[in-house]
Amino acid sequence: MTDNTPHLKVNPALLKRRNAAEKRFRFYGLAAVMTAVLVLCLLLTSIISKGYTAFQQTYILVDIRLDAETIDPKGTKRVEDLAAASYRGLLRSALREQFPGVEGRKAKRALYGIVASGAEFDVRDAVLNNPKLVGTTATIAVKSSDDVDSFYKGYIPRDVPESNRKVKDRELVWLDTLSADDRIVKQFNVDFFTHGDSREPEEAGILGAVIGSLYTLAITLALCFPIGVLTAIYLEEFAPTNKWTDLIEVNINNLAAVPSIVFGLLGLAIFLNFMGLPRSAPIVGGMVLALMTLPTIIIASRAALKAVPPSIREAALGIGASRMQTVFHHVLPLAMPGILTGTILGMAQALGETAPLLMIGMVAFIADIPGSMSDAATVLPVQIYLWADSPERGFVEKTSAAIMILLAFLVVMNAIAVILRKRFERRW
Amino acid sequence: MEQLALFFALLFLTVLGFILGKGRAVALSGHSDQPLHSRLPYYGLYTALWCGLPSLIIMAGWMIFEPQIAEMLVASQLRDSNASITPDQLSLYINDVVNLASGGILSREPDAALLSAADNYSLFRQISYFAMAVVAIAFSLLALFTSLKKINPALRARNQVEKVVSIIMMISSLIAILTTVGIVFSLIFETLRFFDKVPFFDFLFGTHWSPQTALRSDQVGGSGSFGAIPLFAGTMLITFICMVVAIPVGLLSAIYMSEYAGKKFRAFAKPVLEVLAGIPTVVYGFFAALTVAPFFRESGTLLGLSVSSESALAAGMVMGIMIIPFISSLSDDVMNSVPQSLRDASYAMGATKSETITKVIIPAALPGIVGAVLLAMSRAIGETMIVVMAAGLAANLTANPLEAVTTVTVQIVTLLVGDQEFDSAKTLAAFALGLLLFVVTLVMNVVALRVVRKYREKYD
Repeated sequence: MTDNTPHLKVNPALLKRRNAAEKRFRFYGLAAVMTAVLVLCLLLTSIISKGYTAFQQTYILVDIRLDAETIDPKGTKRVEDLAAASYRGLLRSALREQFPGVEGRKAKRALYGIVASGAEFDVRDAVLNNPKLVGTTATIAVKSSDDVDSFYKGYIPRDVPESNRKVKDRELVWLDTLSADDRIVKQFNVDFFTHGDSREPEEAGILGAVIGSLYTLAITLALCFPIGVLTAIYLEEFAPTNKWTDLIEVNINNLAAVPSIVFGLLGLAIFLNFMGLPRSAPIVGGMVLALMTLPTIIIASRAALKAVPPSIREAALGIGASRMQTVFHHVLPLAMPGILTGTILGMAQALGETAPLLMIGMVAFIADIPGSMSDAATVLPVQIYLWADSPERGFVEKTSAAIMILLAFLVVMNAIAVILRKRFERRW
Repeated sequence: MEQLALFFALLFLTVLGFILGKGRAVALSGHSDQPLHSRLPYYGLYTALWCGLPSLIIMAGWMIFEPQIAEMLVASQLRDSNASITPDQLSLYINDVVNLASGGILSREPDAALLSAADNYSLFRQISYFAMAVVAIAFSLLALFTSLKKINPALRARNQVEKVVSIIMMISSLIAILTTVGIVFSLIFETLRFFDKVPFFDFLFGTHWSPQTALRSDQVGGSGSFGAIPLFAGTMLITFICMVVAIPVGLLSAIYMSEYAGKKFRAFAKPVLEVLAGIPTVVYGFFAALTVAPFFRESGTLLGLSVSSESALAAGMVMGIMIIPFISSLSDDVMNSVPQSLRDASYAMGATKSETITKVIIPAALPGIVGAVLLAMSRAIGETMIVVMAAGLAANLTANPLEAVTTVTVQIVTLLVGDQEFDSAKTLAAFALGLLLFVVTLVMNVVALRVVRKYREKYD
């Protein structure tokens, strides 16, 4: 009897090498995943560490003699009169009293420069809140200038030579005196959430950009949700398979991969130059983003419709529903969670999109908070881009803070999408 | 705002139409011996569609064409009074008239002629608005009454409604096609105008890019040269750096996730990659410009290298990070669709896991992976914000990743942001670059999608 089975000859050295190679390969894979994780952590920490300070603002407590003669010479105590008064002089003389030794125009201007250029409005607001202060000497917290703010947040180190430091030695002396008196306080930066854009970092806020984003997204949603869903229904449920529908399909897939900036060029050429719609307006931005998001929504909706089993359709048709009734009464409601998930993800993508909006002029500097869809406006990502381009030190933290707000919106939207998927997803 | 009021009035009439139509059907079903053809709401929808759709279409058409007509009126008036005006002056004048009427910024002090033209213009706009409102509402009411009259048990309301709905659906699906047509035509049209001013071959093969054209004819310098080779080179350099980062990391993480990772690890790592994919590009741009680029510059100084603060390396690497999830999720899909039997066969021959992956799965999945890489590359080429924020503006023809280069998308943005005359060679150049970008990415996508589809069919 002969044994024909071939014997496996194991070469131990070779096996060792192969196993080592296996381990190495596995390690490379893990390293790659970890690289991605690490980079994400790096990105988030870099933004958070740069931006969290923007939620606080340095204020200086100043004793201001609220002279009734200057503020309210007629003694009316009416809100309009109090609001119309000039508080700049009062604030400046209060600062001069605080530091009596300051002489000369240059020095005085430097002294006035430690408070923000809009600090007089802090005084006005304090008076309006409490008209009884008029005629007394009150301690009012006024906003510091962005350099002073940056100094107290540690962005301007003390040990740099004076010529390279934005806060000069003279100002340091004043600030140290104020600190010693406990006159430097940090408060939550409300203005960041209630102001529009500004050239001064300490006055700039994101409300204008958030409202602009809301208007733009509202237009986008109003356009691309109905059109996208109807297109998906048509292609998935009604369209005959022929060259024409093939063309539409190929087209949609390609549109999904067209660079977003090209949509901006389309908007510039067609919506602005040909149709004469207003520049910088959310309505145009919304239309451009809708065209860009449409493929995403169509593809997601088609997938959701495809996932509804044919038995549902057959049952509805079997009891005499028309094809249209079958789709709108039975298939569409079942596909809705999937469609909505896709829509939210598409909207999240539109919220973060910048490039096409640059093309249609949404980069203009707009300090006002937009009041309607055809007003000039900007959106959150464009605001981030604008601030990132600004040279002032104070804008770096504002930019990071705006990014945090943008990411927060995106996280919320994605969380809603995940919850929707988890709760309503049906496995057939 | 006025248009919005009209829109809501029409919407109100539509809802009214629904209620009345349905009410009429209910009344009919009460005392008619013939059963109704359709279910009750269809009669409501029937009247509502008649009330709303035609007048909304009228309104939309009116709003699109009316401003042009109003401007033509202003222009013809002006030509009557001043026959020698050039087209440029004419368009400037019309702009001023429109701005004066709507409270915008003027380019000149308003004189009597301008004021009266603006008055005429706003009067015309007002009359036209009222005419539009009257026509639309009258049409809507007329449609309401005739369609209510038409409702009877034999009316095939459902069929008619469904026909309208299916037409609306077809129109919606045409919008995707129209978008493509719009992109192609607007780009081609402007590009042809650009090639009127700058020869085609100078653009495509010129090696000098400085798009500053003279504002006045007597200005010295800045004649503008539009040789796009430095832009292509810059784009390719940054894309190359991006792919050097993204392909290995993306592919290896896809391999690890699909072949090695346990359920728990996947549950942790997959969302991380998805987050990476969901971060807006402007955030990556900020990260590149303020964190990565200074880091490279400083480490370069330590090593004695001079690294530009807008180096191609920083922009390319951050772009690579952005592309990682793209490659990994696409190739993850591709590798998952390699049939299990191939793996089993390889294991049965005694191959280790890594040998199976490198010698069986990757070769089998190669077409799909190539498709994924192509898709990712087209995305990298078209990516704008990262390079706008982190790459340079100067068109250097260099292959050194430590220097600043510029890309096609950066130039499109810089040429078009800000107010320029629309038909200068400078702005038109942006459209030529846009067309080029569109064509290149389109070809890559078509090829990639075809490759992926072919590959899927092989194993399905």
